Amino acid sequence: MSELLQNLIDGLGRGSIYALLALGVAVVFGIMHLLNFAHGELITIPGYLTFWAAQSGWSWWALAPLIIVAAVLSSLVIERVAFSRVRGAKDFTLLLTSFGVHFIVSAGFLLYVSAAQKSFSRPPWFANTVAVGSLNIEVFDLLVISVTIVVLIFTTWLLQRTMFGLALRAAADDFDTARLMGVNSNSVIRGAFALSGFLAGIAGVFWLMRAGQVTPSAGIDPMLKGVLAALIGGLGSLRGAVLGGFVLGLVEVLLRAWLPIEIQNLTVGLVFLMIALLFIFRPGGLLSVPQVERV
Amino acid sequence: MLEVSGLTTKYGAISALRDASLTVGEGEVIGLIGPNGAGKTTLLGSIAGLLPIDQGTITFDGASITGTPSEKILRAGLALVPEHRRIFADMTVEENLKVGGVTRRASERAELLEEMADLFPVLRDKWDTAAGYMSGGEAQQLAIARALMSQPKLIMMDEPSLGLAPILVDLVFELIDTLRSQGRTILVVEQNATRMLAAADRAYVLRSGEIVAHGTGAELLDRADLFDTFVGG
Repeated sequence: MSELLQNLIDGLGRGSIYALLALGVAVVFGIMHLLNFAHGELITIPGYLTFWAAQSGWSWWALAPLIIVAAVLSSLVIERVAFSRVRGAKDFTLLLTSFGVHFIVSAGFLLYVSAAQKSFSRPPWFANTVAVGSLNIEVFDLLVISVTIVVLIFTTWLLQRTMFGLALRAAADDFDTARLMGVNSNSVIRGAFALSGFLAGIAGVFWLMRAGQVTPSAGIDPMLKGVLAALIGGLGSLRGAVLGGFVLGLVEVLLRAWLPIEIQNLTVGLVFLMIALLFIFRPGGLLSVPQVERV
Repeated sequence: MLEVSGLTTKYGAISALRDASLTVGEGEVIGLIGPNGAGKTTLLGSIAGLLPIDQGTITFDGASITGTPSEKILRAGLALVPEHRRIFADMTVEENLKVGGVTRRASERAELLEEMADLFPVLRDKWDTAAGYMSGGEAQQLAIARALMSQPKLIMMDEPSLGLAPILVDLVFELIDTLRSQGRTILVVEQNATRMLAAADRAYVLRSGEIVAHGTGAELLDRADLFDTFVGG
């Protein structure tokens, strides 16, 4: 029982990071139908800044805001340089563009920095645990879960209560009509990328804390988690993306805990198999968005 | 107030609209009638900046809006209630209206919300309901109210009575009268030609992408050659 609880908390911690990544993917997909395979670059770029800043003696209290700001700015720059030029193009063109951004960013670090991994130290309290009854809970997991809850509440408030959030949702529903109402397409798209970058930045703080290193291709893993979680939840649904993140995190942790030690390496493969099965029975994901024909 | 001159809009090689010209003066209610596929929606879409224009000029309030993006045209004071209403189905009535008032200041937006709730009592009843759950008549009222939230100088409506029960069609025409008495300028596309001619100050008849007649309601109703346009629907 206590082992299960332990795993659940572990899975929620992992799932929180995935949820933040998936929500960022979903926000951008909702507004311009771009499945952003460059989403992981919002962790790679701040990752290298973390390495350099840590070398100059920055503590994690200073690194965290640096990572978030860098992720927001990277997101905005990528939109400006790449995605703004293919607005309104076919979904496949957008997808290829995002692949291109990913390869260019990682090739840049490969050429001008190094192929070798760059390490930085984790925060000193990283491995600390607190005992709650028979449970040993990692301080890191507690921090991740609580910060994620706050960020999700903030995002909900932003989308439900602010004019920017309403404009974003209207544009995600029907871009042409939103523009007819005077919604400024540039600001709403840039806002979506800024929000996506902010969410990736929060996730990036925890991702980099746990990884303690960065490589030119460091973005692939977080991008895959974010995109997969968004697909599991149902692409186009923001709630689905968050749910998908938590489900993916829990499944990964529980599989790793329950699988016999000899086949633990199959965890990732099994996760993909389960996702394939999910799509056979629910092609639109857990909270699929019905494509109603407008009349 | 609005001057359209020599407007041509193409879909691929086909001209949906050829050399169309019309004017709308301040405070006027203008009808735009004609059979299905005559290019009425294309004309409104071209004016509102939804469709790229091939030839011609559009002037609004003394300034050219030819080729201007739709969000800027709205900001200039020209609103369109689009065909099929296109309300934001997942958002509540209040949220839909707020998006309609996105260009106004927050304090003004709050006043306008009250004004719309008074003008359309049915919306007040459904204030927090997702707009997708409303009936066609309710949704049409929401679509008009949403466009009014921007305080347009000129409001264009594309087939506001389409698909509505007769009693709701009455409501739409009453609403046009109400808006007229408030001194608003209106350009309405309608298939219901006879009623539109009765409600409008002037009307234009569109057929196969060309404006074939123009005049007051009485003048147009007298023209035997347009008879099929009126009964054809």
